[in-house]
Amino acid sequence: MQMILDGLREALRLLVTLDPEVVRIVVLSLKVSGTATLVALLIGLSGGVALAFLRFPGRDIVVAAVNTGMGIPPVVVGLFVSILLWRNGPLGMLELLYTPTAMIVAQVVIATPIVMGISLAALQALPEKLRWQAVGLGASRLQTIWILVREARLPLLAAVMAGFGGVISEIGASIMVGGNIKGYTRVLTTATVMETSRGNFEIAIGLGILLLLLTFAVNATLTKIQQRKRPR
Amino acid sequence: MNAHGADTAPIGEPVPVLAADRLRVERGGATVLDVPSLAVSGGETLAVVGPNGAGKSTLLLALATILKPAAGVVLFRGMPVGSGEAALPYRRRIAVAFQEPLLFDGTVAWNAAEGLRLRKVPAAEAARRAGEMLGKLKVSHLASRSARTLSGGEAQRVSLARAFAVDPEVIFLDEPFSALDPGSREGIVEDLETALRESGTTAVFVTHDRVDALRLGDRIAVMIGGRIAQVGTPDEVMNRPADWDVASFVGVETVLDAFVVAADAGTFVARAGASGTSGPAPTVEAVGTCGVGDRVLLCIRPENVTLSLPGGTGSSARNAFPGVISKVTPQGAVHRVAVDCGFLLSALVTTHAVVELGLVPGRTIVASVKATAIHAIRR
Repeated sequence: MQMILDGLREALRLLVTLDPEVVRIVVLSLKVSGTATLVALLIGLSGGVALAFLRFPGRDIVVAAVNTGMGIPPVVVGLFVSILLWRNGPLGMLELLYTPTAMIVAQVVIATPIVMGISLAALQALPEKLRWQAVGLGASRLQTIWILVREARLPLLAAVMAGFGGVISEIGASIMVGGNIKGYTRVLTTATVMETSRGNFEIAIGLGILLLLLTFAVNATLTKIQQRKRPR
Repeated sequence: MNAHGADTAPIGEPVPVLAADRLRVERGGATVLDVPSLAVSGGETLAVVGPNGAGKSTLLLALATILKPAAGVVLFRGMPVGSGEAALPYRRRIAVAFQEPLLFDGTVAWNAAEGLRLRKVPAAEAARRAGEMLGKLKVSHLASRSARTLSGGEAQRVSLARAFAVDPEVIFLDEPFSALDPGSREGIVEDLETALRESGTTAVFVTHDRVDALRLGDRIAVMIGGRIAQVGTPDEVMNRPADWDVASFVGVETVLDAFVVAADAGTFVARAGASGTSGPAPTVEAVGTCGVGDRVLLCIRPENVTLSLPGGTGSSARNAFPGVISKVTPQGAVHRVAVDCGFLLSALVTTHAVVELGLVPGRTIVASVKATAIHAIRR
């Protein structure tokens, strides 16, 4: 019991005094996961829009694949990205393994299906007549897509946040392709695992609290967005 | 000097603003709309009425090129409008408003200017025109409100303002009052009527409400089963329905199956056939050119039936049918009285008359109809 209390006290001290190592870890986590989310947004939103508005053979299979991808275990992604980036692997010459870039690549693979799947659902949830209304007001095809994406902007924001929440908290891929190198690829999750295994509970608890606050902020915003109604 | 001579329209016959030629829409392999021809002249309001599922909205969607027809063309000022993106120039000259307001997530003012923004009208000009239309539809005071906070009536006014703001050459209105409660509805119908009259916009107005159609329509098209059963002035459609389907939709309550027993210049006498009612078959005098032996459907509108007490001075109508009241149903300011005169005749009378004449079921009464108020459809 005493150990936990000591841990909490030390954790708060680390946070309040902005311990340089903790700050470095948080900044890198935000940088890696933020970049990965941004890239996933570009790919996922485009894919979601295409799946929502285009009808092509095999579309159902693609949608099913995206939905499967939304629940893909990060460890599996880490495995495949590792194999690709391995020194002797197909992309070995890029020398990306154990770099933040490799972590970003892995996280993009994890976040993209999440963003794409939720975007598709958000666009399909709009009333069909909203498209008729846009067309009936003189919108071109591109303007119509823009209007519908704009009308779905809040659920789309939810897609982004879900993607971010997914990658900031994953560990399997980050540790496999990043390697948890101090000051270079060490992020919140990998650091928490390592400090716990070393018995440095105070740091581990501090990092855990930070991670918890981040995910809480993400989910609180998501919940608020989901409560919002559309106009008549 | 205009040396182009581009206007090649035939002289005399003005080109309709909007026309449909052999328009056909299919859904799941079945034809749901089949309109060989339809024309709407400039400044005219064409009210499209019909029962649910008759294809009214489908016609509107096809005319507005929101829905791609399986065959046929829509003509705007005599030129085919094309479909998909090719129809964009046409769609920039029209506007559509639906039963649901379908407002976008933003302020009222921003919503009203959307059509203008799509047409790349400069922001200041768009705001001015949108504001003007919001004023005409009496929702200026809501301009800075979020569309999410509006009541149904307010939202529908904003939706109409948004459609009118682009100054469309044709405005398409798909059941714009159907989702409104009676209180907010009345005012909106009136303001729409004013907006249509003041702007002189050509309009296609879909409704299942006969009263709205009569009120707003310069002409009425009655749709039954995906086809236009009749197009004409309100008087033509209401008083001279083309067939039984139209008659039953436009509300001719009493439709008598009869055959002509005597005919004279412009008038005829018909004897009601077996209609399953009691007593001897009554004879009815009506106006129209029919030959002896013709089978006719006689349509009698309830507002054209007068009720009087037996032995009274009554009316000068030649068709006076003694009968017994079988049912009295209050309908707002009027009562609907069903009289068994050997056939069932429905009459609309004022509440005052119900009290004065003591109209109760079982009472003997005389129902009269002028010969000119009976419309005959030849079978």
